[in-house]
Order: sequence, then C-alpha cells, then structure tokens
Amino acid sequence: MNNSPVLEEKQSVTILFAGDSGDGIQLTGSQFTNTAALLGNDISTFPNFPAEIRAPQGTLAGVSGFQLHFGSIEINTPGDNCDVLVVMNAAALKANLKQLKPGGTIIANTDGFDSKNLKLAKIDEANNPLKNNSLSQYKVIEVDVTKMTRECLKDSGLGTKEMDRSKNMYVLGLIYWIYNRDMEVSRNFIKEKFKKRPDLIEANIKTMEAGYNFGETSETFNARYEVKRAKQEPGVYRNIMGNQATAIGLVAAANQSGLNLFYGTYPITPASDILHELSKHKNFGVKTFQAEDEIAAICSAIGASFGGSLGVTASSGPGIALKTEAIGLATMLEIPLVIVNVQRGGPSTGLPTKTEQADLLQAVYGRNGECPVPVVSACSPSDCFDMVFEACRIAVEHMTPVFFLSDGYIANGSEPWKFPNAENLPSFKPNFAKARTDEEAAAVKFLPYKRDEKLVREWAIPGTKNLEHRIGGIEKENETGNISYDPDNHELMVKIRQAKVDTIADFIPLQELDNSANEANTLVLAWGSTYGSIRTAVRELIAEGYPVAHAHVRYMNPFPKNLGELMAKYKNVIIPEINNGQLIRLLRDKYLVEAIPFNKIKGMPFSVEEIKNKVIEVIGN
Amino acid sequence: MDLVEKKLSAKDFATDQDVRWCPGCGDYSILKQVQSIMPELGIPREDIVFISGIGCSSRFPYYMETFGMHSIHGRATAIASGLKATRPELSVWLVTGDGDALSIGGNHLIHLIRRNFNLNVLMFNNEIYGLTKGQYSPTSPEGAITKSTPMGAIDHPFNPLALVMGADSTFAARTMDRDPKHQREILMRANNHHGTSFVEIYQNCNVFNDGAFEVFTEKSSKKSNTLFLEQGKPLIFGENDQLGIKLEGFRPVVVNIAENPELINELWVHDERDRVKASILTRFFDQPGFDGALPRPFGVFYVEDRYCYEEAMSHQIETAVQQKGKGDLNKLLAGNETWTIE
Repeated sequence: MNNSPVLEEKQSVTILFAGDSGDGIQLTGSQFTNTAALLGNDISTFPNFPAEIRAPQGTLAGVSGFQLHFGSIEINTPGDNCDVLVVMNAAALKANLKQLKPGGTIIANTDGFDSKNLKLAKIDEANNPLKNNSLSQYKVIEVDVTKMTRECLKDSGLGTKEMDRSKNMYVLGLIYWIYNRDMEVSRNFIKEKFKKRPDLIEANIKTMEAGYNFGETSETFNARYEVKRAKQEPGVYRNIMGNQATAIGLVAAANQSGLNLFYGTYPITPASDILHELSKHKNFGVKTFQAEDEIAAICSAIGASFGGSLGVTASSGPGIALKTEAIGLATMLEIPLVIVNVQRGGPSTGLPTKTEQADLLQAVYGRNGECPVPVVSACSPSDCFDMVFEACRIAVEHMTPVFFLSDGYIANGSEPWKFPNAENLPSFKPNFAKARTDEEAAAVKFLPYKRDEKLVREWAIPGTKNLEHRIGGIEKENETGNISYDPDNHELMVKIRQAKVDTIADFIPLQELDNSANEANTLVLAWGSTYGSIRTAVRELIAEGYPVAHAHVRYMNPFPKNLGELMAKYKNVIIPEINNGQLIRLLRDKYLVEAIPFNKIKGMPFSVEEIKNKVIEVIGN
Repeated sequence: MDLVEKKLSAKDFATDQDVRWCPGCGDYSILKQVQSIMPELGIPREDIVFISGIGCSSRFPYYMETFGMHSIHGRATAIASGLKATRPELSVWLVTGDGDALSIGGNHLIHLIRRNFNLNVLMFNNEIYGLTKGQYSPTSPEGAITKSTPMGAIDHPFNPLALVMGADSTFAARTMDRDPKHQREILMRANNHHGTSFVEIYQNCNVFNDGAFEVFTEKSSKKSNTLFLEQGKPLIFGENDQLGIKLEGFRPVVVNIAENPELINELWVHDERDRVKASILTRFFDQPGFDGALPRPFGVFYVEDRYCYEEAMSHQIETAVQQKGKGDLNKLLAGNETWTIE
C-alpha cells in the first residue's frame, strides 16, 4: 500500500475502554491484556464498573470501563490518564473524557452518538461532541461499529441483538491492528468460550478480523504503534488478578502445610471471585461452602478449623462487620482461621464496586473486649498470593485468627506474575497434639491451653484419643481451659493473648525500603494497593533529584520490629492512604511519630501525579 | 469407627466439672440420659463432639467427657456444619435451647436442616430465657407474663416441629425431661438416623417458668393430654386409653373408642414415613383443657432417607479428582497461559 501508516515505537500506552456495562467492555479489555502480556509487555489493569449488573443502557450510571497500561518499561499502575479512549456511546465519552491526555486519541462508535444516546447521556443534540468541535484538541476516529458489525454478520443467520453482542470484537480487532498485535490469543479464547455454539465462534472471529481489516484498509490511520517487550527479570510469567492470586495462595498454603482447605463464605462484591475460583479446584480437596449468611460463613470455618482443617472465610467490609463476634470466639478458642477482607468503599453498603482502604482499624481493633488479631495486607495483585500464604502460615503456626486485607483495586486489577515453583514454596507444619495411651492419660492430665515458648497451644482435634476436652468463648482458666471468672486469671489471660500476638513480630521479616535516594530525608510510608502509584512516583522523584524514600508495610499487626527505628531516620514521613487516616493513627499511637497524612477518599486509587505533588510540597516546605 | 476396646459406662462420660444448673432444673435429667446412652452407641469418646451456643442448655458440653465447644449465641448449628463437612466420621451432637435455636440462631437452624448434615440437634424447650433471667422466648405462649412482658407477650409463638418440617427435616421428634425411658428411646433413634435429627425436648425451668409443661408431664394429667406415637400403631390416648384420633379428610378429630369400639379400625395409624400426616401431627398444638382438644404428641413424627450434605460434598471432590486428576499445584500456579522472558 502506498499510504501504509508508519510504525511508531512507544514506551508505554494506556487505553481506556468504556461503554455500557452490557457492551462486553471487561472482556475486550482482558483480551487485549492477555495478548499484551503474552507478548512480554509489562502491564497493569483496572476495571471500573457500576454496581448494577445491567444499569440503564446508554446512561452515565451504566458506564463500565477497563483501563490497561502496558509498556516496554516497568509498569506499576493502570496509568493516571489514558492515551487512547475507546467509547461505545456518548455517556462513556462524557464520563471518561477527563481521563484522556491532551492530544490523545478517541475512537468513537458513532452509532452510540445518535439522538437517543445523546439524550440518555443528557447531552443536547446541538452539542453532539462529535460534531461541535469541542474535541478539537484530540485525534478523533469515528467508526460506526454497530453498522459495520451488522454488515459483517448479515449472512450469519444471527438476530440483530445477537449480532450487536459482537460489537466489542470489532473494536478489539481494530485496537489489535493499531498496536500491531496478533489475534491468535483471542481466536483461541473465542473458540474455547463458545465451543458449544460454532455459529458464535465464527461470528466473533469474523467481526474481530473485520475490525482489524478496517484499520488496514480504511486509511483513517496514519500511524500504528509498537510497544516492545519489557525488560523483565528472566523467567516464566503469567497474568494474574488479585482475587485469583488469593485463591491460589490459599490452595498453595493448604498444600504446603498438609492441611485440607475449607472455605466458608457468603457472596459479596468484590470478594466473590475468590469463591468462584476456589470452587473450580475441588480436585485439590478444597471444600467450598456457600453459607446462608456471613455469620454462618465464618462459624463454619471455625468448625472446620476445630476439626483440623485450614478454615478460611472471606468477605468485604459490611460482611466482616457481621463476622466480628465469631472472630472474637476464634481468638478465645485459639484456633487457626484466616479472614480475608477485600475492602470496598464504606461505611454500610458504601461503594460496593469502588476501592477503599478504610477497614484497617476494623481489622486491628473492631471487636468487643481485648481481642488482638494479627493483620497482614497485600500491595499488588500478585502479592495477594504471598500475603494470604503468610496469613495462613501465621494462623497455623501461632494458633490464631489472622486478617488478610486486599481491596477492590488489586482484587480486580491484574499484572504479570513470575509465579513460583511449588517446590520452592516454604512449608509450615500444624502442631497437632498427639494421641495418648490410657496410661499416659491417667498419669498426666491433658491441658489444652498449655503453651510453648511462642505462647502457642497445641491443636488438639476431635478423633485424637484421650484428648477429650471442652473449649469455648467464656473466659478460661490458664492451661486447663475450664471456665473461670477469677479476676486475676482474666487479667492474666488477656495479657497472654496479647503477648502471643506481639510475639509474632519475632517471626515476620523486618521492614525494608522499596526504594531510596542517596540522602533521603523524606519517607513515603504506605500500605496496601497504593504500592504501584507510590513506587512509580518515588522512582520518578528520585530520578528528578528529590531526597525521598519509599517503604510499604505489609505486616500491619504486629508491625515489623524495626518500623519505629526506620521512620525515626527521616525528617518527614508522609502517609498516603485511600481513607481518612488509619495507618497514621496506628503509627502515631505506637511510635508517637509526627507523620503527615495524605488522604484520598473518592473510591479511586491515587494517581502518580498526586503522590509526586504531595511529596514535592512537603519537601519544599 | 473403631470398636471401643473396654466397655464404657455413663460415668466415663461425666467430667470433673461441677454441674451448675439450678437445683431441680430439667437439664439434669437430660444430661443423665445422654450420658447413659453414650456407652451404648459403640463410638469411641474421642470421636464424639458436643457443640452448643449460649443459654442454660448450652453449658452442656462442659459436662460431657467428649470433645466439646461452647460457642456463641445461635451459631452452634453453623459451627457444626463446618465440622461435619470436614470430618464426616465424627458423631456430632448439638445442644441448644428455644432462644438459641429459634430466635438468634433461627436462620442457621433451617439451613442446617435443609442441608441434612448427619448430626443430632437436641433442642431443650423451656419456653423462657433462663440465663438472662426470665424474658419471654420465641416459644412462649401468647399472653405469657414475663420480665419483659408485664402485660403479656404479644408475639405469636413458633411451633418448633412445624418449623423444621417446613424446612424439610428428615427426622423430627419430641420428648420430655420427665420421661427418661422415652427420652432414651428417642435419643437412640436420633443417633441412628442418617441425617439431621431434630429432637425437641420439653424441659422445665423451675425458676423462671415452672410448670410450663406440667399438664403433659404430671401423672394426673399426662395420659389425658399426651399422645405417644408408635410406628404402625393407632393413635390412642386418655386416662384409660379410651380416646383415639381419626382423620376426617385432613382434619384430625378425637373419638371415644370405649363408647364406640367399632371406631378402633378407623383410627389414624402412625406412619413416620408419611410427610403429610407428620405435618398434621405437628399441628397438634392446642393448649390443653377444652373439650375435643388434641393431645400433644411425643415420639418420632417423621423420618426420611435423604443424602447428607457432607457426603455429597465429598462425592464432588472424588468426582473432580477422577475427572481432572489429583490437583497439581504447579499447574495451578502456571494457569492457562504463560510466557517466558529470556
């Protein structure tokens, strides 16, 4: 072709796909993600969908988005702003235009800008953004996706409604062409997904190829882009989402401890995907139990742990609130239990599909009585694997319930993961109490709450001869476990349970810096899903000459032993959080540190820019 | 389960803890019967687990020399579900009361019953909150004067057996604290049933609700007001066994067989496998005392064979292993698509 477009190389690109929640946006985004990942790009993704499954079509409330950042450089976030905005209708443009970089590209489905769609998006017909020049600072590519898709499938025998379902494939094909990608991954995906409907396999592949060919032949485009492989550490990679990593981490922990996994839960956004994933792995002996409510979910897990399984329950904030009393029971019983909280915006029902880090204080303090519970948190999708594994290890080795905190951002986000080999995973052993002969039993009374040097009791499970004993939620006498209302005994037991949790600090890694300038005087200290933006921001600031360092806490209770000492080295400690200031309270309480809060409570993650500006402001003062 | 090597006695199931129910409490009688049937089950002590919630009855596990958990209010059902799901071989006994099972734990109870875990639920019904000192319970009759209802309860009470039949119970029975022989028989039947056995036990709280079931338990009135169900036997009761129950359509009526001996052949014959009849029996819930009042039935109302949740759960796991092979952690870690960076 004479006018064949030039191939430009880019270090990284952010694409935001947006349309109706029924437009297949999430699928389009995840297909492009898989293809980019397989090609060796570093990636980070973030889906953003409405709480309603099918919100009214064409409205702002119904806009679903999927943001994908991929590059040949290290990628830690889904991108602050996008280079390309793909919109299926007027509402999607209106809701997301502020995300687009100046000079960015808009690919617009013109059919989504007819008078009906404009009205639904509450845009005056006279102000149709595709026609009123308001988009002149962007490169706008108009494609009538609906018409093209229907045209392409006119002989398929499918009804209009079914044909229109393939619209997203047309867009996907076009994006593949723009970024010079092979369609093979998606072809295989389509074949697998519709293996019972050969007509749909053909329709979807044909539509995707039509989209690709449109790029090739239409001469609308004067450039194509190439994003080369990222320089990643050598090894074998896969793409992983946070909830998937949590599920796999649980299976791995059960495997590495020789325990059976029992997962008692009740459906709730955004934690349900862990249940979906685990229920596929019954061949690992995983027992998933969809209980009648959140309380039954955790109580069933307690029953399973009492019986010698690795009991796990999961939920999100409101569900965790319901489980609170049972967490207290598990603390009193001193049995292993892992409580997964995939946090979302609160309080109450709050923002079910949006992210927030506002359940940290709930995890650390939210129970009646003096009830210490260890808490760990994940900082990225793949880190969910490592940290839920750690939660299981601590629960089993220290005979205690443990909180694992994830959030909606990393639970649904994805990244490439250099996954471990099973043989290289650590193992840990449950300390089951051994059966006794009648003679042994007669000689020494079995003491269910006798402790080792870590203050941990043995796990004496039903079915073990001559270990019959009773445990419960009432205060117990030290060692015997019998009911005791003795004042001195109660104080002793409260102190023992606290000391037991404090002792865990001896069995977790010290806090390390993620990155630091040579003579840093300012520390950005954070936890959870803010990791990616802070890592990128601090790296850029260091390159720009700012004296800044970054540490990311993953062990929230107890804290790593050196944390106070580490913070004391810096003139400024900035604590960014997606909440109204929670980690900062814990740190001030424990270390009397004069830290600087930086909070965002919009149901959205920090952008790199926001972090950079805050650090520069603090250093400037 | 292994056979017990040495013969145990009821004493072997008593713990070293002082039993702390009020003197005269009906719980003592139940504890004694439970301890006395345990050796007959042929199950090693270490394979038996008693789980309770909160309330007077829920202190029970502390007095049983088996494994036990005194948990939180209303949740013993859910805890037992998790235990049974993961340890199907254990003999699990759940001890609960009318408040624990039907009020705070009502939701879990109905779900436990529909899932049909193979375990036994002993619900001590005393129609009062004892541990919290005398408030009305979900089984207290309308008008009950209690600490929290000085002008009489306006709640309509639950009919526990009708409730569990509504949840598709596979074993529903009633017995009473004052009839040890009957209690033993019902407890043995509950143990032998494969599925969730629900046993309601009328239990006298002599401190806060003394005599709630007197009319059914006292010698002077028992025969006239109770009906002891026996499989294949006609429904006969009364001081001199002179009364019987006959079904007119779906309506049970009391007939006098002493005066009309020819009616004997028309009496309702108890069939514990008949769900419809069992449901009608649960509706024998009249307050005694008026002419033609239906007697309160005791015994096994209903039995059904249905698969147990934990077996189906294990079966799915076996099927998954057959179909996909035993889980390979490395395959799971790698997922469906991987790529290599050189």
